[in-house]
Amino acid sequence: MSKAVLYDATKCIGCRACQVACKQWNELPTEATINRGTYENPPQLSAYTFTKIRFNEVDDDDGKFHFVFTKLQCMHCEHPACVTACPVGALQKTPDGPVVYDDNKCFGCRYCMVACPFGIPNFEWDKPLPWIRKCTFCADRQGGGLEPACVTTCPTGALKFGDREELIIEARERITASSDKYVNHIYGEKEVGGTSWLYLSPVPFEKLGLPTLGSEPVTVDAERAMGAVPPVLFGAAAVMAGAYWVIKRRDRMSQERADKEERKEVTK
Amino acid sequence: MIQKKRSFPVGTSILSVLVILGLVTVIVRYLNGLGAISNLSDGRAWGLWISFDLYCGVALAAGGFTLAGAVYIFNLKKYHPVVRPAILTAFLGYTLVILALLVDLGQPWYIWHAIIYWNIHSPLFEVAVCVMAYTTVLALEFSPAVFEGLSKSNFPVIRRFNWHVPIRIIRAIQIPLVIAGVVLSTLHQSSLGSMLLMMPETLHALWYTPILPILFLISAVAVGPAMVIFESTLSTRAFGHKLDLDVLSGLARAIPYILGLYLLLKVIDLMAVGEIGLIFLAYPQNMLWWGEIIVGVILPIILFSMPGVRQNRNAVFWSSVLVIIGLVLNRFNVSMLALGMRPGTIYFPHWMELAISVGLVADALLVILLAHRLLPIVSHGEAIEGSS
Ligand code: SF4
Ligand code: SF4
Repeated sequence: MSKAVLYDATKCIGCRACQVACKQWNELPTEATINRGTYENPPQLSAYTFTKIRFNEVDDDDGKFHFVFTKLQCMHCEHPACVTACPVGALQKTPDGPVVYDDNKCFGCRYCMVACPFGIPNFEWDKPLPWIRKCTFCADRQGGGLEPACVTTCPTGALKFGDREELIIEARERITASSDKYVNHIYGEKEVGGTSWLYLSPVPFEKLGLPTLGSEPVTVDAERAMGAVPPVLFGAAAVMAGAYWVIKRRDRMSQERADKEERKEVTK
Repeated sequence: MIQKKRSFPVGTSILSVLVILGLVTVIVRYLNGLGAISNLSDGRAWGLWISFDLYCGVALAAGGFTLAGAVYIFNLKKYHPVVRPAILTAFLGYTLVILALLVDLGQPWYIWHAIIYWNIHSPLFEVAVCVMAYTTVLALEFSPAVFEGLSKSNFPVIRRFNWHVPIRIIRAIQIPLVIAGVVLSTLHQSSLGSMLLMMPETLHALWYTPILPILFLISAVAVGPAMVIFESTLSTRAFGHKLDLDVLSGLARAIPYILGLYLLLKVIDLMAVGEIGLIFLAYPQNMLWWGEIIVGVILPIILFSMPGVRQNRNAVFWSSVLVIIGLVLNRFNVSMLALGMRPGTIYFPHWMELAISVGLVADALLVILLAHRLLPIVSHGEAIEGSS
């Protein structure tokens, strides 16, 4: 059964301990940023920041101001666009849930970055030998029976690691238990065919800055087109060979006819 | 090849400077990373190189397979004189694509990974494999010209080698080669469209359609003859061997049919999903859509349908230019302008990005100039009517 994490935005206090834990576990360097008048930092995910907390400023029904937070990282999709996109299979979805990256295969085409509907894989633009970097779902820790570093460090229980099916059930229970607290939607249950990261939120998900996506995997059209490749290959080859043969024969026959006529003319 | 030295439309020295500038930029890239020479970012990971060098480059090289198919498979002998130049430009076009990728890829020294690690679900995998295979096919298709050139070389040592053996071998496999070329082209021209099918959320609805691969193929087939008209007119001006007007207008006559089919499919597809209204409503993207359709499809259909235009070298040339511009617009639209970026990103190509692309084109032009001086390009002298 594949693993997942449930992120409950009503429990998140924006302490960013997960951000720090992620940097530590993955030995990621700090980034120099400028003060933009917000606690949110760095401004976006990058090759050196696999996860971050987004600070959303939301007014409630009474016009009162609230912070609502979003944890951003790779969603570890069930039908990952990045995996289908990668020409060399450097990205793989493991049965346990993580979408993992193999820098022994990647050649840096960046198709994964363009294809990902969540805008997650990032690139080491400043390096002469650049790789793609993104959240690993701590596949290495999971292999050793540990939770992802961000989950372990979360002080409020906003992050919960477990089996995907069970977490979906739990999320639904939380919604029914306090339906005034949550919007009635588990983000990630259906989005682009489902993801390993699931979100609960007190406000509509657009306000969390998460993209509004359909439930169909984004890979279907491309995969259907690729399925047509073998028939097109053999079909085109057969049509071309056939056309060549037919036209050659027709030309030869008309040539022969012309020759015959000529001979007739001569003998006359 | 005995040919008088002529003044070329673009000075060889200017071209050389551009090539050198491109090379310097490449060195900067390998020392300081892609960020140093480009405005690419995580939000816009593909830019000018993918839109121009890959998307336009591959489509504009379609003259190679369309003409080779027409002449060798469909036996339209009339176009024989333009096959060789078309194959040469196609070969150079693909070489350019590969060279551009060597700059664009993060780890170009692993480009061969596409051959050993297969992801058969990835459209880009198919493009990569087909481009490599097709470049080889084009090289083989063109090789007789090189062997002929070598056999007439000024150096006796080179001349003495029995060049007729390889020529005979290529001749023997010519038809399979041409068929392979057509098949490979069909596959990767369309797969460039399939690549965009992965972005239903980010590619604008005016362009996103599951039949994108088919549209890509048809537009490539349409631009093939237009490119051949374009190149041969230019090389007429530069090198002086004039092509029969009959050949040009024959090519021109085919274009409206192909473009007509293309337009029909595009419009029907939008109507089928009930999105035809977008061509009026989706401002500003609809302007881009109308731009490519009017310039590259509607105008050429009208122009090429007029016998008066087809009988006039200049008119044929400029109408072909329209087809080419329209195709370039289309490829830029789908791969850059109508393709959404991550929020908060802006992109405009860095001058060094331009320097690379321009340098590569200059490269190709230099090779063409050289080839026309050294090799029998206009095949078997059939087309040489003497200079005018
Ligand atoms: S969120 Fe993006 S990078 Fe992560 S698995 Fe899904 S498609 Fe891949
Ligand atoms: S950049 Fe690397 S991981 Fe991403 S699609 Fe290309 S080869 Fe695959």
